[in-house]
Amino acid sequence: MKLIILNDYDQVGEWAAKYIRNKILRFNPGPARFFILGLPTGGTPLGCYKKLIEFYRNGEISFKYVKTFNMDEYVGIPRNHPESYHSFMWNNFFKHIDIQSENTHILDGNAANLIEECDSFEQKIKAAGGIDLFVGGIGPDGHIAFNEPGSSLMSRTRVKTLAQDTILANARFFDGDMSKVPTMALTVGVATVMDAREVMILITGAHKAFALYKAIEDGVNHMWTVSAFQQHPQTVFVCDEDATLELRVKTVKYFKGMMHVHNKLVEPLPPK
Amino acid sequence: MPSNKSVSDAPITQFVNCRILREHKLQREDLWVREGKILDPEKLFFDEKGSADQRVDCEGLIIAPGFIDVQINGGYGIDFSQATDDVRGGIALVAKKILEHGVTSFLPTLVTSPPDIYHKVLPEVKVHSGGMEGAGVLGFHLEGPFISLEKKGAHPEQHLRSFLSDGMSDLIETYGTLDNVAMVTLAPELPNSQSVVRELTQRGITVSLGHSVANLSQAEDAVRYGASFITHLFNAMLPFHHRDPGIVGLLTSDQVPQGRTVFYGMIADGIHTNPAALRIAHRAHPTGLVLVTDAIAAMGLPPGRHTLGQQVIEIQGLHAYVAGCRVEEALEAASLHPAQLLGISHAKGILDYGGDADLVLLDDALNVRATYIAGQEVWRKLHHHNC
Repeated sequence: MKLIILNDYDQVGEWAAKYIRNKILRFNPGPARFFILGLPTGGTPLGCYKKLIEFYRNGEISFKYVKTFNMDEYVGIPRNHPESYHSFMWNNFFKHIDIQSENTHILDGNAANLIEECDSFEQKIKAAGGIDLFVGGIGPDGHIAFNEPGSSLMSRTRVKTLAQDTILANARFFDGDMSKVPTMALTVGVATVMDAREVMILITGAHKAFALYKAIEDGVNHMWTVSAFQQHPQTVFVCDEDATLELRVKTVKYFKGMMHVHNKLVEPLPPK
Repeated sequence: MPSNKSVSDAPITQFVNCRILREHKLQREDLWVREGKILDPEKLFFDEKGSADQRVDCEGLIIAPGFIDVQINGGYGIDFSQATDDVRGGIALVAKKILEHGVTSFLPTLVTSPPDIYHKVLPEVKVHSGGMEGAGVLGFHLEGPFISLEKKGAHPEQHLRSFLSDGMSDLIETYGTLDNVAMVTLAPELPNSQSVVRELTQRGITVSLGHSVANLSQAEDAVRYGASFITHLFNAMLPFHHRDPGIVGLLTSDQVPQGRTVFYGMIADGIHTNPAALRIAHRAHPTGLVLVTDAIAAMGLPPGRHTLGQQVIEIQGLHAYVAGCRVEEALEAASLHPAQLLGISHAKGILDYGGDADLVLLDDALNVRATYIAGQEVWRKLHHHNC
């Protein structure tokens, strides 16, 4: 694992966006060869999306030959509900860039057959050739996507009932009314993300610190599903100072000492 | 790239680099148009897998809904209250010219006239949509003749009328027809007016109070029967008095039925109404303000010069005179509020998805740079690129 420790939320967003940008540019996608990106929603990646939009506006990057697969979507709320993940992706990312709609994939929480929808999503990832880089966040309970504590580390895309904690945390987006929060979601499984060729997890804020500790300093455990990525050969964790508050000083010093090496990954690429 | 044609294969236009008036605020958002209507780009993206066929770069301009003028008596030498040989041509000429001021729909207004004028003029013009030829006609505004003698203003005294025992038949006999009539201004203190107000309202015609000496109680009665507009507030009515505010008191009356709004027209040229009075009205009831030109035949110097009674000056005037009035409020007073008054705000006066794409592009000083009807550019100020 690479652990990238930056000062604050904004720096995390910027570093992550540069990393994604460089990955895409190095891959050099084209009409016969798309870059496949897995994407999250929520507060953590917003800064990263803003920066990517900036890079697109500057002409540094195009999303014309990028395909995206989102991690999850609520079940049972209208697609154009302001809190749906479709709305999130449209308003915070897709509408600002040059990505083609047919190249975006978000699970349909209103599908007639939810299980078929999940299976079909897995098929689509396979048909696209697998995911080159899956970007994700982490919940305070250490979950990746909606793989709540207790989710199998071998799980695939499926329907999940949301944990009480998650519903509580989401109530603020539904007028503070818990009864309005969806109780189920479709989500990629832990193994679905593990199948990606590379994984990048963004973690910011002190409230995520314990989850980060459990994810990288404790054992692989289905109660903290992000810990599964200890067994992935190519994982990058990008976090801010506050998120490191529960880590050992030794861990933090080790990875901070590597920053001069890791920062090379986000330097602007030489023009062709 | 066009859509997958599951809904339509008509071309899609995306206005970029603009600020649009939506939800009472100017927002940095793109505006999408297809087949003359505002399009929901999120639906286009996810349902139709579509994108724009052409982009229009607005270079930072404001996009507001096209202005709607509910009181305009003529202009450019045309007087709507004349039964000329070419009534249609006269209306068409004014309709074309007002595009330059961002007006995309209007109510040609007739002042108090003898019956034969109404009988000759009204059948000549039907409600119709605008386009390249000019702004759309939403119907006639008949201001008089059922108004008060003491408040006739510039109306000819000899043609004023009052209602006989059956008000409606008297009214229909005077006008000849109510087809293509969108609004009638009358004085509610005239005996037998209540049934007229009620019937006109039931027929979907907006009833406006004006040229009247009604007291507040009479005005409130009329509102209860369906009246929803005040013709040029302050002018041709009793002045506000603290023991009987008269028609002006409707702005803050607690007798207005729930869910209904009383709108009021203002000629905001700084001359018909003192700016301080305009501000009092606006602060008392900001959501009811409707800007009108009440323009007359003499309006209309060559394009680019602004005189009394022209919509743009009104807006600028409102902006200049009403300190603390936001740009958005001024724009809504010329678009959203008249649309709400006429009951057409699902289609006009808004930039919501599904609404008609009647647009006006403005710079920060609220000068009109371009006008669109049903998504088609119908006027553009020369010597400016793109929008």
